[in-house]
Formats: sequence, C-alpha cells, structure tokens
Amino acid sequence: MQDQPTPSEVIGAVAAFLKNVVTVQTTGATSFQARVAANALEMMRRQLDLAPAEDAAELERLKALLGHDGTLADLNAELSRRIGAGELDLTTPGLSDHLWATTMAKLAVDQPTYAAYRAELASRDGGHS
Amino acid sequence: MAASANEELECGLTALAARLAPGGTMANLRRLTAGATQEVWRFELVEGERQTPIILRRAPGGTRVSDTAIGLETEAALLEAASAVGVPVPEVRYVLAPEDGLGHGFLMGFVEGETLGGRIVKSDELAGARGFLARQCGEVLARIHTMNPDDFPRLRRSTPAELVEQYRTTYRASPTPRPVFDLAFRWLDAHCPPPPEEMKLVHGDFRNGNLMIGSDGVRAVLDWEIAHVGDPMEDLGWICTNAWRFGMVDKPVGGFGEREDLWAGYEAAGGAPVKRDHALFWEVFGSMRWGVMCASMVAAFRGPDPSVERAVIARRTSENEIDLLRLLAT
Repeated sequence: MQDQPTPSEVIGAVAAFLKNVVTVQTTGATSFQARVAANALEMMRRQLDLAPAEDAAELERLKALLGHDGTLADLNAELSRRIGAGELDLTTPGLSDHLWATTMAKLAVDQPTYAAYRAELASRDGGHS
Repeated sequence: MAASANEELECGLTALAARLAPGGTMANLRRLTAGATQEVWRFELVEGERQTPIILRRAPGGTRVSDTAIGLETEAALLEAASAVGVPVPEVRYVLAPEDGLGHGFLMGFVEGETLGGRIVKSDELAGARGFLARQCGEVLARIHTMNPDDFPRLRRSTPAELVEQYRTTYRASPTPRPVFDLAFRWLDAHCPPPPEEMKLVHGDFRNGNLMIGSDGVRAVLDWEIAHVGDPMEDLGWICTNAWRFGMVDKPVGGFGEREDLWAGYEAAGGAPVKRDHALFWEVFGSMRWGVMCASMVAAFRGPDPSVERAVIARRTSENEIDLLRLLAT
C-alpha cells in the first residue's frame, strides 16, 4: 500500500501551481502552454477518480449486450466490429443506452464543460425531476 | 539552431521587401502561430513613413509539407482565383520562389478582424454582424462554388462515398475501437448522397475559426489548404458541425446563425438548390470527420509531435462522439 497524499491529490496540486503561478508569471506561448498543461493534468485527475467505477459499469453492460464474458478491451472491440458489420444497431435492446452511458462517462473526464454535454446533462436532470 | 533559422528568414524577407516596394525594408518580424502544418509570420513593410503589415504563410521550417495539404503555391493560386470571383480573401503579394531560399510559402496582405470562434459567437462588437453572418456565409459559399475546378487539376477529386471510405480507413488505422464511430459510418453509408451532378471546387474547411470577421461581416476566407473537388454541399454542412459552434449549440451555423439563412443566402447568390437531407448528411459527416482527425492525433502525439497540446486535442475525440449520438441516437 502506497502512502498519501494520493496521485489524484498531488496531480491536482501541480495543476493548481501551473494555473495559479506559472501562467501568471510567464507570457505568450509559455503561459498558454502552461494553461494547457494544467488542464491536461486536471483531466488525468478526473480519469483517476472516475474511470475505475465507470469502466466496471461499462464492462457489465458489454457482457449483457454481447452475452459472454471477456475483458473491457476485447468486448469493446467486439461491439465495434459487430456494429460495423451491421449485426447490431440502434434497434438492439440496450445498445443506445450503453453508447450514451459510455460517452457521457468519457465526457465527464475529457471535457465536462463541453456545451453539448452540459445540455445533455441538463435535459436528463429535467427528465427525472 | 532556431536563432540562425530566424536570421535566415529575416535576411530573405529583407531582400524581398525591397522587391515588394522600391526602397522597402522589413521590420518587426514575429511569429503569429505555431501551427503543425503551417507557420504564420507577420512583419511590417516599411516604405519611408508608411508601414504596411504583411503576412507570411510558410511550410514549417520552410520545407516540410503535410501529405494532405495541397501545397502553398496552390493555396496562393486559389486565393487569387477566389478573389477574381468576388470571394473576400487576403491579397496575395508574392509567392516564394526556390531562389529566395525560404522554402514554400507566400506573402499576403493583412486583413483586420477577428478569427477566434469563441469571440465571434459572443463579443458585443459583433452582435450586429451575427444577425446577417449566416446568410452572408451562404452567399460567399455560392461564389466559391463558381470557381472552375479545371483550373486546379492537381486537387483531389472525391465523391461523397469516396470521402466516407477515406475517413473509415483513417479511423480503422487508429488504435481505439469506437462503437459510436462504427454506428456513424453505418449511418453515413445508408444516407450517402450520389456523386454530385456537377463536381465543384470545395473549400473544405469553411467554418467559424477560419473566417476573418468584422462588424461588416466576412472580411476574408482563410485556410484553403484542404480545398478539393467534390460535392459543394460539403461546405454547407461543415460550417454547421457542432465542433465549430464554440459552445452556442443552439445556433447551428458556426454558433451564430440558422441553417435556413445560410441556405437562403446560398440559393439567392446563385448556388444550387440545397437538398435538406444532403445538408444533414454533411453535418453528420463533419462530426465524424473532426472526430477521426482528433483520434488520429494519438499517433501524431506518439510520433512527430509529443506536445501536451497534441495530447489534449486527441482527447477531444469524445466531443464528437456525443455530437454524433445527439444527431443519430435521440
């Protein structure tokens, strides 16, 4: 068992340093790149925090959709191949829900401020309330 | 290394300044962008009291040329041909020749305005322009589509089906299987328009971000580097692709306007009648295309350009996956 603070916490601190100190004390391309680097670290922090649970849920959905066991990478590749071959499509029960859930989980890591993602989240909240 | 390369550029441009204007000199050379496929520099052409800003577009390091881009000499020729049919473009001042020793590129006039998409969709100064920009984009595209493709025999010619196949090949070469992309390719196969009755010169990257905008609207159409010959509807779909709405998802045309205005402007300026289902095809194609381009950044990051910026663009692939689901699975 490794010691604390956790990778997520340390990465967050480095991102804050880049954003709050480096971008301010540099100019032009360097300042811009420091901001990009801070955003990249924040993304990796979200992935460390969110991906384990999301990957596990994705794997369970894939097993149900494809009807057998396997690794996440193998089952995702099989799903990709079978959609490409026309064997599965949006009329397949559970497929649309799976693609939406998987994509929303990716956006939560990659780009949680993306407007289309925000709009989709808002419409879902609206739908449940 | 970099310093001596810049000195070389400075020497070469000083020599050119004297040819652009009698007694002209060059001042204040600075790099504007560090694009992966193009360098953009700005300097002042000094003639006595008068200073004129000049832009240099050049292949990186003056030599390397990406394999999809059409080449800067062709791009300069396209700008001149576009200007001749009334498309607003920067004036080409000089095309670099081998004896200039500066590699491939050209000099053009500087056009004042805004190119940053995020500002164009939000800034107060452009609020008035946003009211007529979509229609004006349609008018400009109609003029672009009057350019004669036969004047540019080296441009790639592709039917819609061939373009879909081209991107499918690129997608399949990327390391990650993407079920959403597979779904999109099935849809594109099923909805692909036939080869167009007339193959037109297509700008290929006509979108918010590549247009110089002022309070009077479109001042210049930039970035002709992926022009090709094909279905003119491609240009009308690309500017509506969600990636170029800069957060204003409810304004389909570039984040500033409505499709109906774009199409009305296009048809009023002599463009062929817009088939609504073809326009939608090209909008879906646009999200798939930008998604495949983002996904291919993984290889670029692991290869020639291991920059953080490149890594971050690769991780924008998922933006296109949600855009495709919103178009195809709602």
